[in-house]
Amino acid sequence: MSRIETDTVFVRRDFLEPEAPPASLGGFPGWARKHLFSSPLNILVTLAMALLLVWAGPPLFRWLFVDAVWTGTNRDACLPKNGEPMGACWAFVHAKLAQFTFGSYPADQRWRPSLVMIGFFLGLAWIAIPKMPRRREGTWLMLTAFPVLTFWLLYGGFGLPIVETPNWGGLLVTLVVAITGIVASLPLGILLALGRRSKLPFIKIVSVVFIEIWRGVPLITVLFMASVMLPLFLPNGVNFDKLLRALIGVALFTGAYMAETIRGGLQAIPKGQYEGAASLGLSYWQSMRLIILPQALKIVIPGIVNSFISLFKDTSLVMIIGLYDLLGSIQRNFSDASWSTPSIAPTGLIFAAAVFWVFCFSMSRYSMYMERKLNTGRKR
Amino acid sequence: MTLRDKTVDETPRSLVRAVLYDATIRGWVFQGLVLLFLILFAVWVIHNTAVNLRAANIPFGFDFLNMRAGFDISQKPIDYTLDSSHAQAFKVGLLNTIIVSVLGIVFATIIGFVVGISRLSNNWLLARAATVYVETLRNVPLLLQLLFWYKAVLSVLPGPRQGYWLPLSINLSNRGLTMPRPIIGEGFEIVLWTVPVAMVLAWVMARWAKRRQIATGQSFPVFRASLGLIVGLPLAVFLVLGAPLSFEFPELKGFNFVGGMVIHPELTAMLFGISLYTATFIAETVRGGILAVSAGQSEAAFSLGLRPNQTMRLIVVPQAMRVIIPPLTSQYLNLTKNSSLALAIGYPDLVAVFAGSTLNITGHAIEVIAITMAVYLALSLITAALMNWFNARVALVER
Repeated sequence: MSRIETDTVFVRRDFLEPEAPPASLGGFPGWARKHLFSSPLNILVTLAMALLLVWAGPPLFRWLFVDAVWTGTNRDACLPKNGEPMGACWAFVHAKLAQFTFGSYPADQRWRPSLVMIGFFLGLAWIAIPKMPRRREGTWLMLTAFPVLTFWLLYGGFGLPIVETPNWGGLLVTLVVAITGIVASLPLGILLALGRRSKLPFIKIVSVVFIEIWRGVPLITVLFMASVMLPLFLPNGVNFDKLLRALIGVALFTGAYMAETIRGGLQAIPKGQYEGAASLGLSYWQSMRLIILPQALKIVIPGIVNSFISLFKDTSLVMIIGLYDLLGSIQRNFSDASWSTPSIAPTGLIFAAAVFWVFCFSMSRYSMYMERKLNTGRKR
Repeated sequence: MTLRDKTVDETPRSLVRAVLYDATIRGWVFQGLVLLFLILFAVWVIHNTAVNLRAANIPFGFDFLNMRAGFDISQKPIDYTLDSSHAQAFKVGLLNTIIVSVLGIVFATIIGFVVGISRLSNNWLLARAATVYVETLRNVPLLLQLLFWYKAVLSVLPGPRQGYWLPLSINLSNRGLTMPRPIIGEGFEIVLWTVPVAMVLAWVMARWAKRRQIATGQSFPVFRASLGLIVGLPLAVFLVLGAPLSFEFPELKGFNFVGGMVIHPELTAMLFGISLYTATFIAETVRGGILAVSAGQSEAAFSLGLRPNQTMRLIVVPQAMRVIIPPLTSQYLNLTKNSSLALAIGYPDLVAVFAGSTLNITGHAIEVIAITMAVYLALSLITAALMNWFNARVALVER
């Protein structure tokens, strides 16, 4: 009886192939329906954005590439001819590229800043890529030997002809200010952050006052202070370089911001770590150096990179006290009579924006990458 | 015997040891050294400064504030002439800083909230556009953007005759934004006064509605009613008084406009640059704040039977605001400090007028820079104090 039933009853042994979703829900139409036309408001927004794109996109593209002038040796190339629309004047950027990179650094000595820049980027890759070997040594090398070597190469002496700092310019000055600010502000920031969390009341007050004063004022007033007040504070006759004065201002200013970033990391370390270090008999400095700071600094790497990004953008302010960084040297060339056409200002500024953007955007991506990497334990 | 010898031997050493290794004493000695160093440094700096000032023949003091300034300022919200004092120039500069900061904060907040919410939108095109906007403008220095708006956009605009007409009779040309000037008629102050009155009434009503809801469970449309009150009451008074406000429209006469109100190209460039730049940071803050409210909160609200807009208004927004407001305030502060970049494009703010012109004319570097820094510092400290107070009020009360 039961035998017959099993023979006659159909029992399906495998699953049916799932049917494709309805055409309106799958593929691009489905995607578009969900992400572009899901509601009347959404349709309106999509149309508005599409209109904006059609209205602004093609003219921008034409200006940047199609109508742009790519070659030429003076302003004639970039002058509008018989009423035709004129695009960007890339010939201007091309002709001035060396100036935008090195300022008026002597042409036959430009291998020196080039070498420094190459060395810097290689060193940066060494310490920034997690898979590289001996990163700790690399970091120490970049923080100690590299600055000395850089100073020697850029300024000269010991067999190299001396190039005074007023001749430095362009991207070189931008990088020098940014990197000095970064290198100097890290130790200053660590000291200030430790000072702010110190149990010694006077040290704490001094750190708090220092940090809050620098954080409360705009960088431009700090730079003004460095350029007009600093000479008054020093003994008569001692007068140092304008670039160095700006560097001092930038370093103090960034140090205060760095201190607050690092303090965040110090506060995130559980109390048990401090107590554990103390119970092992480590002194204050030992426990900071061996236990607390390695952990705290690791947590705040993204924050530190973010400080670097804002420092890098802020270097453009040195232009206001008369140093020719990237933006300053581009701006200075707007008044060059042999190139003055209406299109060089937008072209030069867009070029500068692109350079700054590449630096800042890659730094911010790196910071996000580090954040994800350091965050693995807490991912849900 | 040996034991006693040891103690005798050890006593003086352990006393020295006790003093040397005592954390408190070492702390005080260390602090004393730092204090001594700071005092010596200050004395050295003050001495040098005094010597340098004597050599340059600049007496230290604030008398220069009462001297005739003798330079002109392009944007004067209060009376100012060439014969005004430097103190008056300071006030003009400060007011200009406040004008650009307040307007910038308003615009940046609006743009920032719209863009921040757009980045979370379901609409792919909108979310992408918002992302591109944020990632582009955030990574380019503000100074560069200001120069771009000023040199590459506004100064290459056509003259007033060929200027672009925007809605509401606003004209955009190389003279800046020209717009109708409001002429305030009799009794308009009364309209302005009804605004705070309406706000107080709305607050009283909100309290009453809350108490009634707790007592009886009946809800009351507080938001719509307060909006109606705050907009409606002044409007009603305005109409009752016979609309005491008219506009003077700009008219083209010759090569320039007559009448109307002009926002100079410098201020226009400042507003464009500073609002669009700060808005990117505000957008990120807003996005982070909304993402910080966990999905479980909205799910719980739905399961309680709240409608989507109620969920947003009663559950998500209050919690998101708690995360958003502290960084938002620091963005406002940054905007105010960044307004000092006005110097680069010739907008007469505090730094340009006071730390620029006044400093160059009088040479009182220390006093001028100190006053300028003090103004910004005071602004920061006041904001920080308000922020701490606010944080203490809205912080989650845990156990």
